[in-house]
Order: sequence, then structure tokens, then C-alpha cells
Amino acid sequence: MAELNAHIPEGELTEKWTKLRSSMPLVNPANKRSIEIIVVGSGLAGASAAATLAEMGYKVKCFCFQDSPRRAHSIAAQGGINAAKNYQNDGDSTYRLFYDTIKGGDYRAREANVHRLAEVSANIIDQCVAQGVPLAREYGGLLDNRSFGGTQVQRTFYAAGQTGQQLLLGAYSALERQIGMGKVEMFTRHEMLEVVVVDGKARGIIARDLISGELQRHSGHAVLLCSGGYGNVFYLSTNAMGSNVTAAWKAHKKGAFFGNPCYTQIHPTCIPVSGDHQSKLTLMSESLRNDGRIWVPKKKDDPRKASEIPEEERDYYLERRYPAFGNLVPRDVASRAAKERCDAGYGVGASKLAVYLDFKANTERYGKIEANKHNIHNPDKETCMRLGREVIKEKYGNLFDMYKQITGEDPYELPMRIYPAVHYTMGGLWVDYNLMTTVPGLYALGEANFSDHGANRLGASALMQGLADGYFVIPYTIGAYLSKELATKPIPQDHPAFVEAEASAKGIIDKFFAIKGTKSVDHFHKKLGKIMWERCGMARNAEGLKKGIEEIQQLRKEFWSDLRVPGDANELNPELEKAGRVADFIELGELMCMDALNRNESCGGHFREEYQTEEGEALRDDVNYAYVSAWEYKGDVTFELHKEELKFENIKVAQRSYK
Amino acid sequence: MSTGNMNLTLKVWRQKNNIAKGSLVDYKLSNISPDMSFLEMFDVLNEGLVDKGEEPVVFDHDCREGICGACSMFINGQPHGPLQGVTTCQLHMRSFKDGDTIVVEPWRAKAFPVIKDLMVDRTAFDRVIAAGGFISVNTGNAQDANNLPIPKVKADSAFEAAACIGCGACVATCKNASAMLFVSAKISQLAQLPQGQPERYRRVQSMVSQMDAEGFGNCTNTGACEAECPKGISLENIARMNRDFYSAKFVSEEEV
Repeated sequence: MAELNAHIPEGELTEKWTKLRSSMPLVNPANKRSIEIIVVGSGLAGASAAATLAEMGYKVKCFCFQDSPRRAHSIAAQGGINAAKNYQNDGDSTYRLFYDTIKGGDYRAREANVHRLAEVSANIIDQCVAQGVPLAREYGGLLDNRSFGGTQVQRTFYAAGQTGQQLLLGAYSALERQIGMGKVEMFTRHEMLEVVVVDGKARGIIARDLISGELQRHSGHAVLLCSGGYGNVFYLSTNAMGSNVTAAWKAHKKGAFFGNPCYTQIHPTCIPVSGDHQSKLTLMSESLRNDGRIWVPKKKDDPRKASEIPEEERDYYLERRYPAFGNLVPRDVASRAAKERCDAGYGVGASKLAVYLDFKANTERYGKIEANKHNIHNPDKETCMRLGREVIKEKYGNLFDMYKQITGEDPYELPMRIYPAVHYTMGGLWVDYNLMTTVPGLYALGEANFSDHGANRLGASALMQGLADGYFVIPYTIGAYLSKELATKPIPQDHPAFVEAEASAKGIIDKFFAIKGTKSVDHFHKKLGKIMWERCGMARNAEGLKKGIEEIQQLRKEFWSDLRVPGDANELNPELEKAGRVADFIELGELMCMDALNRNESCGGHFREEYQTEEGEALRDDVNYAYVSAWEYKGDVTFELHKEELKFENIKVAQRSYK
Repeated sequence: MSTGNMNLTLKVWRQKNNIAKGSLVDYKLSNISPDMSFLEMFDVLNEGLVDKGEEPVVFDHDCREGICGACSMFINGQPHGPLQGVTTCQLHMRSFKDGDTIVVEPWRAKAFPVIKDLMVDRTAFDRVIAAGGFISVNTGNAQDANNLPIPKVKADSAFEAAACIGCGACVATCKNASAMLFVSAKISQLAQLPQGQPERYRRVQSMVSQMDAEGFGNCTNTGACEAECPKGISLENIARMNRDFYSAKFVSEEEV
């Protein structure tokens, strides 16, 4: 059986990556031309990896389920991307980014991986600017930065509230350039349904052409899964409707261990649920916490409008509880604090499941600065607010528009109402330092792997990790594997492993149509989402998780006996696509509950109610749980736990404090 | 919680595949909430169709927050519906009235063939980008980002052009099915940045040539594209593209 070896290079933390990179086996240019690499997914990780590997000379095939690689969900990232550039001269450094990330992740990430991430962070900004990504600038023509949660420096680069869009379009342009040159073959509207493993090595995939329904065999010397996260297991999340776990889950069933499945990020600032019809939740970027102050009324069930509540009757609970970081505490801390206030009866809005995010104070402050710039001294309040609103508009205009569109309320006038929602999954396929899963030749990049964020990801670090993996890590580390594959001839697609994998994919599709039940896929997905949110959401406990597992098992039975999929397999059929994804989510949901049940501690986004400090903070158990949970699939929805011990040699492990 | 009280009649384009003949089909919907998005209203329609054992209406959608550019419905004669500055997914039912009849069609353009129902093939856009919508810089070749100061006004203007989401509303609304707004937005983004200068004239020629090859129409300065663009991409970009396109005939790369 695959052994859990993280392959962390020897040596000093600061030297590991440089040394490994310099001593890594290489593949010469002539040989690269005959090596084929399959990339599944075209978001930041997938597009950057596919483009870079093609630039290096490999033959690349890239797959996405969307109609264009430009639509991958990285596009929706709003706030920014971190990099240790220290352009603001505020004391930032590679070490500080490394330290903040380990601490933010509540000491549940690998030191060596995170340090490498911090090292390459600066290169990412350089690369993106060279591609023409229009990041925000100051009047002097240099790049601007803003603050994000869990840090006390300004290291976040951004493009208004559309940073993910701009970075993805940069990577997409690089990818399209390679497609244009014939070095990447792009398969849009294709979904991966199986990994093909030949003699223990990943050698290809089975993909379904979503338009014709045809199942196709694609072979390669290595397979990269860059297929994103699994937040949609909760049905309602900030993920795109199509975001799914299928590629990662099929890999898991073929032998790739799943790391820390229970680590889910609940983002504190999302637009609250408004009704049962809701199909997804919308994020309001963390960057808003630069200028928005979070509060609830001091009085329980206060019926007054926000504007009628005087300053002294407002509870700025984050500033009160965490004076050092204030509104910029990490996401897990901010989310729990919001839940605590709402559960205690201080929530606002019709559902009482919301808190205020208020821009008034800072609008006025900006207005004063602007007035001074315009030579208006002692401006009246109205002038301040007018000028301040222009500043706010420039920083967050698109987010304010989006909020207004969805809620029908104008956030320039009224404070936003926000509530936590599922946003990101730190868990994912277990990978070693080289980003290889436990299946040789099968790699996982970006949100699809578990690697760098521990139990909680800091804001503006997802874009950093996706691009680090794709532009600057995999292009080197894959050479170590491929240099031993030079003698491997193109993989024959009539190999029994391909035949079997295709038959398995077809078998599942046939099974869906054979059920002929009465309930739609969405019916089951919504039910699963409710179970997951209630049992394995922002707060978990042993009893609830055990119930959750039973409920999910029951749901799985109902799904396979009462599902109705209309249409047929040989045509464009979105209901069939959804059925496949939800079938996998149901199995994953069970594993998430098992993992949460196993982890008898609280850390980062994983909050077990039984394990908290007197002040209600997450209480870790470093003696017994300082490990990565790596689950092995044992067939028939059973799993076995393996542990990768986390060693902290450069950081002193401590109770996280943002006070 | 929302109280759904709107009753609507939908006339939706149904087409089995790219060769079948399509037609508008009527559907009645009741108890629709004004807080629903337009696509959530379609979710209700589809849930009802599946319950009856019928095939749901196929449409492109993904992020549902107005940024991925997937959604593409032609609603009552306007791409993305009656509201300015939003995509279909960000259009909410409060923009309609109880009792309304709403006609929903796919994007109509020769270069965007219908795949099924409301879903069209927009890969022509990708091919236009592949023809030159990039800066040729391999990974690892970059200098320090702040070695290249860019005036804020230029950077902001490039960003505004770069805000295009590639949805194709400009093509759908244009009587000539021209893609000039889309193509010029990318050209304009890169032409305003110092990084984009070395390939500036080569880029405009190859992208325009690919645009023509895909079967998009010409621009006759009607301005419908700008009016309907959910991201407010300006017609100025087309002027900039035309200037560069003509300049390219007289300027060689070396002189840039």
C-alpha cells in the first residue's frame, strides 16, 4: 500500500526549496516533446500549470467542464493576492508571511510547504504584472496594497474587487497562447469521470464530452488534478454552481488519500440567506473589513433600524474582543464571533441571522482626507460623506453594486447585513512536498490539494497558492517523476485499465437512468446540504456528527433508489452531470463527518463544541492531534485513517491569540 | 423568508440540438418571489419539469455572481434582460411585474451556434484570444513588478477594459453580430500598458483577422454593444482598436 512520506527535503527551512530546485532531475527539451501531461481544471492552478508546462515543451491536454477555461471559479475571487514584497515598508518578509500563514492555519500545516509558498509569492506578482494584469496602483505608478485578515502588514495586491478575474484572465491568456501555438490541446465542456491507473501509476483519464455524451479515453505520462474545492457539498456556498469534488473523489477511490476533509472555511462576510429558493450564496470580500466595522446592537432583539441606534448602544464585538487585530481577525474567528452574537439573540434583519458591516465611520474619515486634498478645511459632514463615498466606490464599487442588486438595499446609505457562509475547503487530496498524491504520477494543485492552509486559510492566500503551485512549483517537481519516465512509450488506450475505467464510468451513468425514481438531483443535494450545515458546519459535536453520518447513509440509500434523471446519456444532459456530482458529494459528506468526529480538538475552521477555551476560542490538542488526517478508501464507502505527524522546528506552537 | 406571489408566463426557446429546429414553448409559473434571481426562477421551472418527467431547459450558468460570464439569456429582446449593468444571474424578479409574459431566447449570432435550448457555443471568443490576446512572456521571465511604474490613469483605464467577462452580450445585441467590443477590450487593455507595446501592432492584426474568420459581423457604430454590456465596456475601445489597426498598416514592429 502507498506509504505516507511527505518527501520534505533535508536542510534548513530557508534552503529546502532552493536546494531541491537546483538538484532536481531534469528532462531535456527533446524528451519533453514526447511526454504528455493531462491537466484537469483550468482555474488559477490548472491554467498556470498547463501554460507553464507547455512553455517548457511538454505536450499538454487540458480539460474543463465550462464552455471556456476563462470561466473557472477562480474568476470570482474578489479581494486580493498576498505576496511578501514589503513594498509598504511595514516590516513584511518571507518569514512573516510564512509565520502568519502557519499561525492563521492554527498550526495544522506543513512548515516546509508554507515556507516555499511564501518564497515564491513575490515571483507571482512579478509574473502577473509582466502578463499585463492591471493590479491597482498608486499615483506614483507603483503597486498598491491593502490589509487582509490575520496579518498586521499590508501585503495584499488587488484589482478592485475583481482580483481573481484579472489573475485568471492573465493565466488564461498564457494558456490560450499555448493553445494557439498547438502546444496545449484544450477540451472544454468535458468532465473527468475516472482516473486510469496502469501498473500503479496514473496514466490517463476517462472524460465525458458533455455535448455529445461520448466517453473518451485520454492517456498521458502524468495527470494533474486542478479541480478546485468541494464547498458545494453544503449545497449553499459561495462556490459556482458547477464546482464539484468528482475529479478528486474518483482519484480518492483509485488510491489517492484524502487529507483533512473536515477542514472547511466558513467565510464571515456573505450576503445572508433570504429564502428557500436560494441557489447559492454571495461573498462580500474580506477586503471590506479594511473599512467596514462589524457590529450588533447592545440590546437583545433591538427592533430599531441601524441608523436609529446611537453609537454608544452598538457593540463592535470584534474590536471589543480582539483589540490587536480588531475587524481583521482571521475568518474562522470572525465567523464564530458572528454566530455567537446571533445565537445569543443579538442578530439583525428579518431572520436575525445577520450582523452589520458598517462603512460610515471610514467613509467620513476618507472624506476628510479628500477634502484636505481639495483644500477644503473644516468640511461639513455632508461634504465629507460625499467625498468619502467616491473613495469607497473606487475601492469596492463592484461589491457595493452586487450587494444592492441582490438585497435591494443601498450599502452607501445603510450598513450591509452579512452572515457567515461556506466558502473554501482547506482539505483536499493529500500530496507530498512535490504535490504528488499517494498514486504515483497523479498530482493535485490549488484548492484540490490539502497542503498549505492548515485548518484555516488566510484571506488572499488561495490565489497565491493556486498560482504558486501552477507557475512555480509543479514545473520543477514534476521533472523528478518524468525524468524516470523517458522510456515509457505513449500509453496504449486499449490497455485493460482503460477499458475497465470506461466501463466503470458507463456503469454509473447507466445506474442513474435505471433508478427511474421520483426525486430530482437537487432534492437530494439540498437535503445533503442541510445535514452538512447542521452537523458538520460552523460548530460540531460528537453526538451531532454521529447522527449526521447515519442521516447521510440513509440519504445515500434514498438517492440510489428514488432518483430521477430525465433525458438520456448520449446528449447534453445537465441533470445527469449533477447526479454524478451529488453521488460523490454524498460519499464525501460521510467522510467529512468521520474526520470531524475523529478530531477530538478544535482548530481553525474545525470547531468542536466540546473543545473550547473559557473565552470560547478553539482549543487545540497538540499532543494527540498535531497530524494530518489522510484517509484511504477501502471500498464500499469505508475508509481507513493514516496520520502524517506535523513537526514544527522553526515556529513555536502556541495558543493562537489575536487579542 | 420571501413570499412568492408573482405569476408569470414564459416563452422559452427549446431546441433539441444544433441541427434540430427550435421553437418558443409556453410555460406558466406561479408563486415566484421577487427576491429570486432570474436563474433561480428558471430553477423553479426546471424542478417542475423534472418532477413531470420532462427535460429541463438547458442554459449556461456557473458563478451566479456576475463575473464568470457564463449566463447568456436574451430576455424580452435584450441580452441579460431589462436592467443595465447586470448579467442574467444578477437580474432579480423584482425587475418584473406579476402577470408579465417574458420571452427568453439564446444569443443569436452566426459565430455562436446554438448547442441546445438557451446554450450557445462561444468558443470563437477563445480562438480570438488565442490568436493574440496575450503578452508573450513565459513563466520566470519577469522583472520586479515595481520596476515598471505605470501611471494610475493608464492602469485604471486598462483595468476598465479588462473588466470584460466575455459573455457575448455585445455580439448578441448587435444587428451585425459584431464582436468588436469584446475584441477591442482586450486589445485596448494591453495597448495601454507598457508591457503590451512590443506586440501591439502584431496583436491587433492577428486578433482582427481571427475575428473576421470566425464570421462575426462588422461595426456600424450603433453603440448597442456598449449600452447592453453588463460591465460597462466603452466604445472608446473600438476607436482605439481601429486606430491601432490602421496604424499597423504603416508602422513596423521595430518602430514601436
